[in-house]
Amino acid sequence: MTRFLISRFLQGIVVILAVFVITFVLQKLSPTSPFNGERNVPEEVRKTLESYYGYDKPWLVQMWLHIKAFATFNPPDCVKSPGRGVGEVISQAFPVSVALAVPALLIALAIGIPLGAIAALRPNTFDDHWATATATLGICIPSFVLGPLIAMIFGLYLRWFNVAGWHDSADWVLPSLTLGLIYSGYVARLTRGGLRETLAQDFIRTARAKGASEPVVVIRHALKLACLPLLNFLGPTAAGLLTGSMVTETVFQIPGLGQHFISSAINRDDTLAVGITLLFAVLILVFNMLVDIIQAALNPRIGLKS
Amino acid sequence: MTLAPLAPPKASIESPWRTARRRLFSNARSVTGLIFLALLFAFCIVGPAFSPYKQTDQNLNNKTAAPSASHWMGTDPLGRDVMTRTMYGGRVTLLVGFVATGVAVAIGVIYGMVSGLVGGRTDSAMMRVVDILYAFPFLNFVIILTAVLGTHPFLVGAEAWVMDKLSVIPALKGAATDLGFNASFLLLFAAIGAVEWLTMARVVRGQVLSLKNQEFVTAARSYGAGTSRILLRHLLPNVIGPVIVYASLTVPGVMLLEATLSFLGLGIQPPASSWGVLINDGAQRMDTAPWLLLFPGVFFSLTLLSLNFVGDGLRDALDPRSIR
Amino acid sequence: MKWTTRLLVLAALAGGLVCFHIIRSNRPLRVNEATKEDTLLLGNATELSTLDIHVATGQPEHMVFAALFEGLVAPDVANPDKPAPGAAASWETADSINWTFHLRPDGKWSDGTPLTAHDFVWSYQRILTPALGAQYASMLFPIKNAEEFNKGTLKDFTQVGVKALDDHTLQLTLVGPMPYLLGMMKHYSWFPVPRHVIEKFGSPTDRASRWTKAGNLVGNGPFALKEWRFTHSLTVEKNPYYWDAGVVRIKKIVFVPIASDTTEERAFRDGQIHSTFTLPNPLVQEYAKNHKDVLTSEPILSVYFYRINTTREMLKDVRVRKALSLAIDRDGIINNILRAGQKPSQGLTPYPESLDYPQAPKVIRFDPAEAQRLMAEAGYPGGKGFPKFDILINTHEAHRVIAEAVQEMWRKNLGIHVGIFNQDWGVYLESQRQMNYSVCRAAWGGDYPDPLTFLSMWKTGDGNNETGWSNAQYDDLINQSNREADATKRLNLLGQAESILLDEMPIIPFYWYVHVYASRPELKGRVPSVLQHRAYKGWYLDHSVLNQPATVAPLPPDIA
Repeated sequence: MTRFLISRFLQGIVVILAVFVITFVLQKLSPTSPFNGERNVPEEVRKTLESYYGYDKPWLVQMWLHIKAFATFNPPDCVKSPGRGVGEVISQAFPVSVALAVPALLIALAIGIPLGAIAALRPNTFDDHWATATATLGICIPSFVLGPLIAMIFGLYLRWFNVAGWHDSADWVLPSLTLGLIYSGYVARLTRGGLRETLAQDFIRTARAKGASEPVVVIRHALKLACLPLLNFLGPTAAGLLTGSMVTETVFQIPGLGQHFISSAINRDDTLAVGITLLFAVLILVFNMLVDIIQAALNPRIGLKS
Repeated sequence: MTLAPLAPPKASIESPWRTARRRLFSNARSVTGLIFLALLFAFCIVGPAFSPYKQTDQNLNNKTAAPSASHWMGTDPLGRDVMTRTMYGGRVTLLVGFVATGVAVAIGVIYGMVSGLVGGRTDSAMMRVVDILYAFPFLNFVIILTAVLGTHPFLVGAEAWVMDKLSVIPALKGAATDLGFNASFLLLFAAIGAVEWLTMARVVRGQVLSLKNQEFVTAARSYGAGTSRILLRHLLPNVIGPVIVYASLTVPGVMLLEATLSFLGLGIQPPASSWGVLINDGAQRMDTAPWLLLFPGVFFSLTLLSLNFVGDGLRDALDPRSIR
Repeated sequence: MKWTTRLLVLAALAGGLVCFHIIRSNRPLRVNEATKEDTLLLGNATELSTLDIHVATGQPEHMVFAALFEGLVAPDVANPDKPAPGAAASWETADSINWTFHLRPDGKWSDGTPLTAHDFVWSYQRILTPALGAQYASMLFPIKNAEEFNKGTLKDFTQVGVKALDDHTLQLTLVGPMPYLLGMMKHYSWFPVPRHVIEKFGSPTDRASRWTKAGNLVGNGPFALKEWRFTHSLTVEKNPYYWDAGVVRIKKIVFVPIASDTTEERAFRDGQIHSTFTLPNPLVQEYAKNHKDVLTSEPILSVYFYRINTTREMLKDVRVRKALSLAIDRDGIINNILRAGQKPSQGLTPYPESLDYPQAPKVIRFDPAEAQRLMAEAGYPGGKGFPKFDILINTHEAHRVIAEAVQEMWRKNLGIHVGIFNQDWGVYLESQRQMNYSVCRAAWGGDYPDPLTFLSMWKTGDGNNETGWSNAQYDDLINQSNREADATKRLNLLGQAESILLDEMPIIPFYWYVHVYASRPELKGRVPSVLQHRAYKGWYLDHSVLNQPATVAPLPPDIA
């Protein structure tokens, strides 16, 4: 296990470095410029700005400066928000996104797993049909439709929660619900598929033959193997949720990381984009590693290799 | 469910594919899904021929009109017939949804199986590549793609080549023009296919890891079966279940991603449309003109529901362990 | 479980839900709580990029600067488009070239430090210093030698026409007569910045200096910065050191950045903000029908137009350009698509009457017959043989719908087929800059109340021209107008120049904007402004509205 962790850590450093280089190169190849404005920016002003942010240096030098800055946890300033550090933006916005992501994941699992289990245990019955239909609905209603709908129902009609903003201690409810409902559809579908797969396997039949009760069979034996596809889905999904959802944050005006993720890429706030991408890469690595560990723990055949 | 009464006794030795087909068609739910999908394809492909309108016909005197006898699904803010636009949009969405998902599935399955089966350092390296691609700054990449559009000689050449090949059948060329086919369309498939295979690869790898030490694989190995044979004969049938389930989850993601990319300038260009774009536009008017969202949305959802039904049926039908 | 137990559980659940509903749905409205404390909650579009007035460029920034800073002249409370005394109590000029401003002897920064004429000189030097890279430095180019200093050809700032004669007297020397200088000076590029604070936080030309943080920033406006939570809210509080603090009635303003207009509108209906920044186009009609009391629509100095790349072969012919314009039914677009009271462009300069500019040419019209004749004359009868080109737009539903309508009008009226190409904002800006387009959508908002703010950009080689169009006579007329002291004669020259521009049609003006937003009835004292200038000191929240139950309730959700 220790060897596995150390090896994964070292691999992780390579991955982070690769992600950094790719992001950096793509930014440099981009046809857009961080220093364009709606109005024409005079050439001499553009030059001044480029030299201020070091864009006039050779690529390798720029890259090295950035690597040094991020590696020493001393990230540079946002290119598009003068006077605001990348670290400052991330440290303010990340906790907000986490506060939405954790309940959203719990909601997704709390709805999705039972829904998927119902469908899998009674295949091709009415229960399966409605469960599948509900889950599919969750998948195909995009968040930019579901979010406003939820805001209108629970915000404007019932007046239970604020439709927008991050003032009240209950302001996480609606955005988390939106995210949770959408992901619950995926969770349900994957649970159903996994369970159907596992329930047909020999050892389940053996357990049943030995007279184990159905709930015991499902929970003790089947569920933990059935969740392999689900686990692999949840790893990157959790990382994605933690770095925020642009649509949901916009719909509910949440000061989270998701809107920066998208807007920094589009507006060419290069330093901020690099910062968030690196954070996302770290989360991906951590969660995929957790998935691998859990996968091995649940299924001794898989094992951890370093 | 029992075997069909007319099934001959030798059914026990019928080929696995025939078994699968028989199982698939004896499942009422997947049949319903298939029939619906067929109707939907007919609606999108043949439908426009029966529509009195074209997708670009504007009538500013009858804009944002609710469904009526002359416009069954209402009209949009330019007075265009929503039903006709839904038909044309469906072509784009279905094409993108299926082709891009196909690309993603193919890459993901092969990559995941190889990674899982070979194992060791190769596996680690391959999975770290997946990790890198997860964090790949996709938007920057798309923006770069949009900038080379229409200027890069390779793309212009590819576009001309495709159109040239299509012009053999005038109807096909006409359809491609209606779709708003252009070079950015080609890039769209590549862009979507390139990002959507990652989770698929991880799912397949996980599955292969849990299978590869099972008795039947070990047995196959012991009598000297090669890697490719093990992959194709023994592992592929066993991973196909999760693959189908996951593919049916990828389709909606792909279809909605197409809309996002179209907004960035990659993919279809107005006045051509797709369900994703129609749903996006409709969402902005959902409290004043709900039909703009409702109809494309219903078609979108029903397509996915039937896809999921068919997918479940396929999964059950192809499951080698299934007792039925 | 026995059925009684089930029933009990069910009843408890239902009861809990009802209690929850009663408690939650009777939460006090955020706006009402705020109104009681004289706190104004304003939707303010996107998050500000910076609070440094010399570095900022955007409209949301402008709205906050109007609270935090004040120039020598300020927007008049009764008519914000007119200049009123600000940091300067009075001023005089004999020839519109040499201006003397008399600062208030009691003028102070929001930390109590005296505000002097030297602060203004230092501020103007800072914005003009090339190393700062201030994009709005050109707003100060009317000052003698300012352009030379900003371009780096002149190193000695004492040569620039800004002088502090004493602590409270500032003298400006301009390059030529400028009767509209006062209107220009309401723009934030002319506001002062606090030297004593900026120098404490580093180099004056450091764009990323931390002097703009809450706690550091010091201004001279009616309000002072209290708190700035990124993408959450920005709060300003009444500034006790403001010279006119006696008239300021609002105690606190909270600017809420709500990037999505639909979210902002929901927040408004939910009683989260007193006023929106904008209103989603599809909802304007609904508000006009059902909530007229909160709907506000004001003309603003902005124009929507298409640029034509006059270097493209088929668009070089002025007859083609004119035909493209004549084939557009502007009334059709406004009445059927925009429907918010926009005005079809008659010329380029919007609402010339608001600028006392009767010389404005009114020549733009819809005439498909004439358009077809011109196309035939140009060698494309019925559009035959006209090469296909694309309309470039940045991704936005409204731009797309307009482009689709234009596409259809050109097809129907001229027989030409054009495509639409949408690009993401950043790529679109770059394409426009590189003139990598045939026809592209654009908009321009005036910076100061004078036609020149719409006309100077079409001079040969101007950075904002971006059409490749060049006309010596036009350039000459604009230059002449810059030397003309007589206001009427000057506007005559500008009118002639605009006529040339519209005769040559390197651009196709579409419509003049209106600023549409929703504002609660308790917010009073807000006066429309074509420049969207705000005199916050005249605004107030009417408490009596709170006691009228009809308006206390949130707007009904059934807008549709």
